[in-house]
Amino acid sequence: MSEHVAAAEPTSAPRLLGFLVEFRDTATLFSACEKVRDSGYRNWDAHTPYPVHGLNDAMGLKPSRLPYIAFLGGVTGLGLALLMQWWMNAIDYPYLISGKPIFSLPANIPVMFELTVLLAAFGTFFGMLAVNRLPRFHHPVFTSERFARATDDTYFISLELSDPEFGAQAARELAGSLGGASVEEIWEDDDAEA
Amino acid sequence: MSHGQRHSPTAEQLAANRPLLGPRGRLLAVSALVIGAVGLAASYLLGNGQADNLRHFYFAYLVAYCFWLSIALGALFYTLIHHLLRDTSSVVVRRIAEQLAGTLPFMALLILPILIPILSGSSELYWWLDPVVRESDALIIHKSGYLNLGFFVARLAVYFAVWIALAGLFRGISLRQDATGGTAPTLQLWKYSAPAMLLFAVTTTFFAVDVIMALDAHWFSTIFGVYFFAGCMVGAYGLLVLSSVLLQAGGYLRAVITPEHYHDLGKLLFAFLFFWGYIAFSQFMLYWYGNIPEETGWYLRRFSGDWLGWSVALLFLHLLIPFPIMLSRFIKRRRKLLAVMAVWLLIAHWLDLYWLIMPEYNAAALPLSLLDLTCLVGVGGLMLGVYIWLAGGQALVPVRDPNLTESLNFENV
Repeated sequence: MSEHVAAAEPTSAPRLLGFLVEFRDTATLFSACEKVRDSGYRNWDAHTPYPVHGLNDAMGLKPSRLPYIAFLGGVTGLGLALLMQWWMNAIDYPYLISGKPIFSLPANIPVMFELTVLLAAFGTFFGMLAVNRLPRFHHPVFTSERFARATDDTYFISLELSDPEFGAQAARELAGSLGGASVEEIWEDDDAEA
Repeated sequence: MSHGQRHSPTAEQLAANRPLLGPRGRLLAVSALVIGAVGLAASYLLGNGQADNLRHFYFAYLVAYCFWLSIALGALFYTLIHHLLRDTSSVVVRRIAEQLAGTLPFMALLILPILIPILSGSSELYWWLDPVVRESDALIIHKSGYLNLGFFVARLAVYFAVWIALAGLFRGISLRQDATGGTAPTLQLWKYSAPAMLLFAVTTTFFAVDVIMALDAHWFSTIFGVYFFAGCMVGAYGLLVLSSVLLQAGGYLRAVITPEHYHDLGKLLFAFLFFWGYIAFSQFMLYWYGNIPEETGWYLRRFSGDWLGWSVALLFLHLLIPFPIMLSRFIKRRRKLLAVMAVWLLIAHWLDLYWLIMPEYNAAALPLSLLDLTCLVGVGGLMLGVYIWLAGGQALVPVRDPNLTESLNFENV
């Protein structure tokens, strides 16, 4: 037993990971988001139980990159389908069908359409996961008991301490100045490490 | 929207201070009617001067008529699907569609220049009406149970009766709601929308078959009705966008119709231009692959001589070029750019109807003439004149629709 405790000792004490600020209404959430946005803080997020119109602007979020990923997926599918059918039907195994030319575009269009849709959908779905850095099993904000209410009736802003320009003290001051109902510190979950 | 950069009026403000077209609208409507009447008169004179029993006039008129009618039909569909889907986002543009569909009773009158000659024995437009053909052509004899003058006219009467009833019902209840308010009219419209949609689908499909496909009574395509419908929607969304942009340019509904609404209209314009391409290709590919003479003849006419160029232009102007352009979110949210695309697609829609109808008039060469323009302006002037006149008599948005507030605050998430 004592050995076990001693062995655990060298891993440092739990680290402070960030702050969770709680809001009761969208008006204060909006002004808080604008404040964080204008402070230049990075690695932060707002959590709401439902989509809040105008929050993207208040947070200063840039337009999503997802459409470009979807478009690339679609173009890839289109080209891949044409290449595949050309190689299969006209090169690898030429086969004359109903007197049409060996390589005939109209016959290839249905598959080109389907693969365009398929890879655009893949691009959208997997691109969405990648852009959101999902799947992941845990995030420090989940150590907060109160955070469960982010899916119910409460709004949160989380500030992560990974911002290189803001130290723990500056982040603490920013979190305190947002006018939230409460500010909670998020600590590394030592249970999760074991 | 508590936090708005936008300053839309509230639904209450709109109900208290109704957005009306005013005297400018009446002036515009009368001007359009006069231009339309002059256009029709010129068309008749031009057609009469050709000494071909008005054959060219009938075909050119049919193109113009189908073009404008398809837009009114698309607007009727827009109204129906709005209620069928319990749409709350686009209430602010629904009245424009209702007024467009409100021209359908008038459009029933405008078919008379074609229908009266047919009733008095002309077979210039539909050769299967020719008594000699009806006795000698084996296929026409076989089809005579469906393709005969009495049934043809009776069917047209049914289509127009259905459209006039639906447009009147949906427009009428909505206009009454302007006075009474309350949720009852909306619930009523929701209830009627599903059976109305069924009636619309059947009548529009058979109209396309009877009036356009039957120009070549030997040929048949089971997808033809959907093809025509797809074009209706491209035209209707085009004119809805254009109407909204022009209204705003004239100072109306400035803060009411927002980029969010244009974004939605643009998405649906985009969706239907691609739907048109999907259906057009579906029809083409099966006939191309099957390669059976009775099916390919129709395409052969359109792929030989001058018409080949028209077919290629249609492919590029109606699908391949606008598709990547309309993919852009940037364009859909900017009304001036979207208006340019709306005009483009309206022209493409006209090219499409011309391509459907005119090769049956002259398969050897493009019969482009001044007559096409005068017919388009003639029917269009009259139809738009009635449209603007109707729109001018009422509020430009359904001011007491219970979902108006939601529509005013609508945002694409």
